[in-house]
Parts: sequence; structure tokens; C-alpha cells
Amino acid sequence: MTSKNPEYDFKWCPGCGDFGVRRALEAAIQRRVIETETPMENNVVVAGIGCSGNMVHMLESDEQPYGFHGIHGRSLPIAMGVKMANPDLNVVVVSGDGDFLSIGFEHIGPQAARNLNVTAVVMDNGVYGLTKGQSSPTTDLGMVTSSTPFGKIEDKMNPFQTYLTMGVSYIASAISSQVRPMTQMMADAMDHPGFSIVHVQSPCTEYNNTYDVLKGNPRKGIPGLAFDIPDDYDETDAESAFDMASGSGVPLGVIYKDTSRPTFDQRIEEISQKAPARSVSALLDGFSI
Amino acid sequence: MKKTDFVVRFAGEGGQGVVTSAEGFAQANAQVGYHVQTFSTFPSQIRGGPTWTQTRISNQPVLSSGDELDVLVAFNEYAYQAHRDEVSDTGVIVYNSEAFDLDPDGKSFGMRFDELARSTGNARAANMIVMGALAYLVNIDQKILEDFVTKRFTRGRPNDQQIIESNHVALGLGRAEAEKSGFSLGELADPIPPGIDQSLINGNQAIGLGALAAGLDVYVGYPISPATSLLVWLENNLTGPGKFVYQATSEIESITSIVGAGFAGKKAMTGTAGPGFSLMGEGLGLAWMAEIPLVVADIQRGGPSTGLPTKTEQSDLLTAMYPGHGDISLPIIAPGTVEECFYAAIHAFNWAERYQGPVVILSEHMLSERNQNIPKPDLGKLSVEERKTYKGTNGYHRYESWEVSPMPIPGSPGAYVANGSEHDGMGDTTHRPERHIQMTTRRFSKLDLLKDGSYESENTDAAVAVMPWGGSKGPTLGAWRQLAANGADIGWYYTMFLNPLPDGLVEELRDKDLVLVPELNFMGQFASHLRSLGVNAQAITQITGLPFKESFLLEAISQKLQEAGISQRETATA
Ligand SMILES: Cc1ncc(C[n+]2csc(CCOP(=O)(O)OP(=O)(O)O)c2C)c(N)n1
Ligand code: SF4
Ligand SMILES: [Mg+2]
Repeated sequence: MTSKNPEYDFKWCPGCGDFGVRRALEAAIQRRVIETETPMENNVVVAGIGCSGNMVHMLESDEQPYGFHGIHGRSLPIAMGVKMANPDLNVVVVSGDGDFLSIGFEHIGPQAARNLNVTAVVMDNGVYGLTKGQSSPTTDLGMVTSSTPFGKIEDKMNPFQTYLTMGVSYIASAISSQVRPMTQMMADAMDHPGFSIVHVQSPCTEYNNTYDVLKGNPRKGIPGLAFDIPDDYDETDAESAFDMASGSGVPLGVIYKDTSRPTFDQRIEEISQKAPARSVSALLDGFSI
Repeated sequence: MKKTDFVVRFAGEGGQGVVTSAEGFAQANAQVGYHVQTFSTFPSQIRGGPTWTQTRISNQPVLSSGDELDVLVAFNEYAYQAHRDEVSDTGVIVYNSEAFDLDPDGKSFGMRFDELARSTGNARAANMIVMGALAYLVNIDQKILEDFVTKRFTRGRPNDQQIIESNHVALGLGRAEAEKSGFSLGELADPIPPGIDQSLINGNQAIGLGALAAGLDVYVGYPISPATSLLVWLENNLTGPGKFVYQATSEIESITSIVGAGFAGKKAMTGTAGPGFSLMGEGLGLAWMAEIPLVVADIQRGGPSTGLPTKTEQSDLLTAMYPGHGDISLPIIAPGTVEECFYAAIHAFNWAERYQGPVVILSEHMLSERNQNIPKPDLGKLSVEERKTYKGTNGYHRYESWEVSPMPIPGSPGAYVANGSEHDGMGDTTHRPERHIQMTTRRFSKLDLLKDGSYESENTDAAVAVMPWGGSKGPTLGAWRQLAANGADIGWYYTMFLNPLPDGLVEELRDKDLVLVPELNFMGQFASHLRSLGVNAQAITQITGLPFKESFLLEAISQKLQEAGISQRETATA
């Protein structure tokens, strides 16, 4: 709502990867609104705390989805509450690598086990942007940041292996500079019946500028880590997905997709068939002396 | 003169039928119109371990679990040793002589609980042997217990009749054994049936039922004593389409997910105890800041940290009021009786919906497990409030005004950003001083909508008053009545609406020379809160993990009065 709201004073730095993610997210939500013929207000964006989470205030479309800008690391359980309160809503989480994989890590596994039908867009810049450049789980081992003056001590987390191990049923990998494929992945993820994550390499130009490292720079002789997943790759095969996640480089595309599991709201709906509603007065009568 | 009151404690090991005996005895007597109350403490181990439950039966409403025992039923020697000193001078001890034996002491008699049970052909009838003996001791009509047995075991199973008969035989055997012993406690006065429909229910069930009556949609909780029974009860009973009840992976997940559900338009709740409540601090601050209606039941136990998981304490008041950082003051309703647990839940939801924010039900271990007869709530007479939702078009600024405003619900027009950062009218983050001033004022002024609570007051002209809170209400009322009967000029105040306090109450209390606050914590938390409001309050505290006894309070209040040099018409004696 920035363009209309002079009071809102947060700005992404020039070149920040999150700009590209915003374009893709807006396009994917627009597309969903048109394709499903549902109103914009059926969409809810739940944001974590970080430069990335500010996304929820910076959507520029005339029609805005609902937003929830909560607390650091808790966007997944907030999203669960929204989704289970009203399964008809399309619920999207926007989060950073610190928000999602550090303080919020404990919430990924349970949602994967439930197959909660929400989409998480993780803007991974390998650093804590908002707090000015500390190390995050996806910061490279040995990297000097403001909080690791002698180099990062922990191994770098491989988020794709982590998601696969936890049983996330849709995992896609994107880079912020390629808006069109990212839009496609987000739209696909929102359609996916179950817990979906679109993990985006979204470089922080201020504290961890990885554009060259990811995309390569022939002039500087940098080869580039990102590569497109080949067309003949079978994303429904878990073993291939583990191989893809464990290889070198950053694969771009859908890494894994499993549509065989019921979603959390379907499971709950099934229970509610088994356990019919009880009237308060009947329950009260059960305590009669 | 007939006895009006009968207190019996069943003590033994977990698994020996201690709780079933106590609750069965309470239920049987409630059925014929006695007032009953049970009180339990549990061992923290899963199997075995010392445990006891107390049942009080009276022809008057029961205020507390009773100071002295008329009868101790000791299932083993440890129980005998641990509890014998609490038996009154005229009391009797019934013990299981299969477990240990005593020389005759003029106070105790043994029965072979299990052998007698086996002789009925039903090895599980030992608690009926005990009940038969108890009935003899206070001359309760055998038919009361027989009818209770018949009702309890008529379950539509082929062996119902057999079980009923063996239990009837067991009642008779127990009665005969007691008669043989030669002991008797006189006769319990006939009940004065209240003449209204009644329910026998415990505190957590009453909270759960009240929440359902208030329209609860979503409950998410994580197991923790003594709130687990609330989660389990709702897992079984919050059913049907559109309802969601769930065991979360932590209290952080519980609170943040109900924040999401409240935002999405539902009546949402969680329940917990101290350690879990501490974990909810940040989420509660979010609900306060983003203005999301929800209810949290904190069933207090001994703290801090893991504390005393199975003991009672009233030491979460300040954390319930100020659970998070920053300027925040959460509404609190603290029921003092099982009946109030039911109505506290209804009021909590009404408050949450009305002021659009989080409300705490502050209950206690002692209420959660207490079974008590209460007037059956008239569901038709409840007033249940619904949220003011926004019905207009897009472009609405939910937070724009200085007071509570209609709340848009996702799925309908009026999209905004619910925000835990300081925000402007549409919910966008801002740091402008004038907005922080406006929004903070807005959040606090909404508390003014919650001053509609009622309070009890008696002898309001007295310069000194007692004002307990929560579960300390019963024993304090008992003590106050005795003091008043002895001629002490002392006022009585009580409310379950602790924050904000009902309109007019603080003004009345400020006029007192002294307000004495019995409460189960070290710091005197409610008294200190009252002092911050300009009331000259002093706490009377106890931190044993057990409720107050009336006799303790009688003495403590009298002593406080003397210390304060406040002259009474007549000095009350304890
Ligand atoms: C409970 C809590 N701890 C710490 C913070 C401070 N904090 C705000 S954002 C942030 C990290 C943000 O990093 P990331 O999630 O990667 O987002 P980015 O800014 O890089 O997009 C931290 C530690 C906070 N707001 N709340
Ligand atoms: S600090 Fe980094 S992540 Fe944050 S806005 Fe600037 S470039 Fe983007
Ligand atoms: Mg980051």
C-alpha cells in the first residue's frame, strides 16, 4: 500500500531481490482471482518479520488481499489458524530465511505432517536483512557477517533437503530475477492440495549480494550456481528429488510434488463426519444430578 | 443435634480407587439433595504414588473442602501416617487391615477391603465396602447408595445386574463391619433439596461447557496439568462441521494459531498453565496490538518454572495481566467457584468480542478438579455477544478511529493488514508519534467497555473489608461469616472480574481504612495491584500448594486487624 500511503516509511534497498518476488506474488494472486473467479478478499497474506515480511504492506495492486503482519517466526501457525477457520481462503505466507528456517523452524515439520493447505514463499538472502546483516541458517560456512566476525561457524543449511525430509508435499525453487517462472511456480503452489513452499533466492544487495554467484558473471569469470531443472525431470519421484536437492548448484524449478496425501482441512472434515455436532443442552444434561 | 456437615478423606495410592470412591460418594449424596464438593491432589507420577481426595457433604452450600476430617479412609499405612493428624477429636479412621494393622486406639478400626470385595464375587467392589461403612458412621440411608449403584451400573450390558447385585452386597458388608466396630459419628441431618435442577460438574468441564455455550468455534491447546482435562474434554465435545479442536505442538503454536482463527472471524480459545502461559506472552501481545478477539484459560498451578504441576496456587495474576512487553493490560476473569467457571467462560467470550482483544480466564488447580453441585445453568437466559463485523465495501481503515470499530473478516470486503507493529488506520506499519499515541490510547480506552462486571459487597459501612479472589473465595467467605457472627465489624467484597475491576468497586475500596486480601501466593499479587489503584490493601498469603483453611483465615484476619490497631466492636476469636 506504499504508493497510496505516505505514512508507511519502510523501503527495500535498490536492487533488493524482494522487488521481483513482489511482482511474481501479485501476478500469481491476480491470476488465481481470475481463474477461480473468487474475490481478492479471499486471499490472505501472512507475513513474518524481516525485510521480506514487509511485502504485505508493499503490494501495489488496486485491490488488496487481507494481510497479517504478525511476529517473528510465527507466520506458519498464524496461517494454520486462518486456514482452519475458513478453508475456502487462499492463504500465503511470506517469510525470510531467518524467519522461516531459524526462529520459525519448529513450525515447518508439523505443517508438513498435517499437509496444511497453505503456500509459503520464502525469500532466502542468506542473511538477516532487517537487523542489518547477521548470519542466518543459509549463510555460507565461514562467511564473515556482522555477527560472525571470524567467519560463520555452522554448516550452511540445505533447505530443500530439510523440506523433503520433513515431508513438505510441494517444493519449488526460484530466483527473484526470473519473475515469469516464479509466478508460474507460485500459482502452481497455490493450486497444490497441501503444504507448498516456493523457496526463492532473493539476494540482499546490502549485506549479501549473491547475484553474480547465483547467475554467474562471464566478465568476472564467475560460473553461476543456478541452473534450470531439465524438462525430463520427474518431480513426483522422491528419490530424484533427494538427488536434485543434494547435488551441487541451485536447481530452479519444481523439485518435488506429491498430490496423493489428503490436506489438513480434509482430514479434519473427515473427523467431523465421524463425530457429529453435540448440542450444548445435551452435554449439560449429561451432568444432571 | 444432628451433624450438618461431613468431611471424609480417602487417602492411598494412585490406582486404589481413591478418586472413584470420593467422587462416587459425592455423587450418591448429591442425588438426594445434599450439597457436595470434592478436592483432589494427585501424585506427579503416573502409577501409584500417594494421592488423596476429600469429599464434603452438607445440607448447606459447601464453601470449602473442610478444615478437619470426620473420617479418614486409609488405604495403606503411609496414608494413615500422613493424614491421621488432620482427623478431628471426634473423628474416626477406617483403614485397610489387609495392608497394615494397628493396635486398638479408640479411634481407628480396620476392615479387609479387598477380601470383603472378593467375597461378593466382584473384586472391584472395594470402594463400595468403604462407602457402606461411611454410610453407617453418619447414618445415611442405605437406599441412597443402593440407588446410586443401580443408576451407575445400568449401562445396557449383559452383566449389569450381576455387577449391581455384587455392589449392593458390598455396601451391606461394609455397613455391617462398621456396625461391628462400635464407632458412630451421630446422624447427618437430612438434606434440604434445593428444589431446582442441579448439575454435578468440575471446574474445567464448566469452563469447556461455558465456552461451548458462548459459541466456541476453535480450540487449540497443548497438554499441561491442570489444563489437559480441558483440552481432552473439548477434543471429545467440540465436534461437528466448521468446528476445529486440535492438540498443537507447543503453546507458541496454540496461541498464534488462535490469533489466526480470531482474525478469520472465529470464536477461538486455548487453555494452559503457567509454563505454557509464559510461552504465550509474545502471541498475547500480538493479539492485543492487532486487536484480535480470543480467550486463554490459564489454569494456575504452583510456579515459577515447572513449579508444582499438581498443586494449587494463585500466583499467575500479574503475568496474566502483563503477559508481554510494552504497554499492555489484559482483561482477566478469575472464577472463584465451579459455578463461576461456567459463567466466566461466557463473560470472557463476550468481553473478547466486545473489545476485540484477548481475555484471560484465570482459574486454578483446585477448581479444575473440584466436583461440585451447581444450579443447572439456564441456557435460554444466557446473553451471548457477537462481534461487530464490517459490512461495507473495500477501502475501509479498520484502525482509524480512537475507539473500537467494526472488524472486517477475510472473505468479505474491507481488506486491511492486521499488524503487530505499530500501525496507521489501514494497518500499515508506522513510527509516527501521533499514531503511537492514538493507537495506544485506542487500545487502552477499549478496556472501559469491560467495566460492566458485577461484584458482591456486604456490610459496606465497615472501615475494614476482606476481599479474596479466585478459589480463595469459599474459605474466606466461611471465615468472614464466622467473624461477622462473632460481632466483628468487617465488610465483604468479591468479584471475579479482576481486570478491569467493575465500575464503582475501586472507589468503594479506596474509602476503606484497610482491605485484606487472602491469596495463595508469596508476593501478595492482587493486594499490590489494588495498592497501585490507591487502595490500602494488605495480603494474607499461603504457599503450601493447598487451598486456605477457614480456621487459618479466621486467625490471620483477626491478627491483621489487631496489628493494624483497628478496634472492633468485639474481638473475634479464632
Ligand atoms: C522474537 C524476535 N526476535 C528477534 C527479532 C528481531 N528480528 C527482526 S527481523 C529478524 C531477522 C530477519 O531475517 P530474515 O527472516 O532472513 O528476513 P530478511 O530481513 O532477511 O528478509 C530479526 C532477528 C524480532 N523481531 N522478534
Ligand atoms: S537490507 Fe537487504 S533484504 Fe533488506 S531491503 Fe535491503 S537489500 Fe533487501
Ligand atoms: Mg534473510
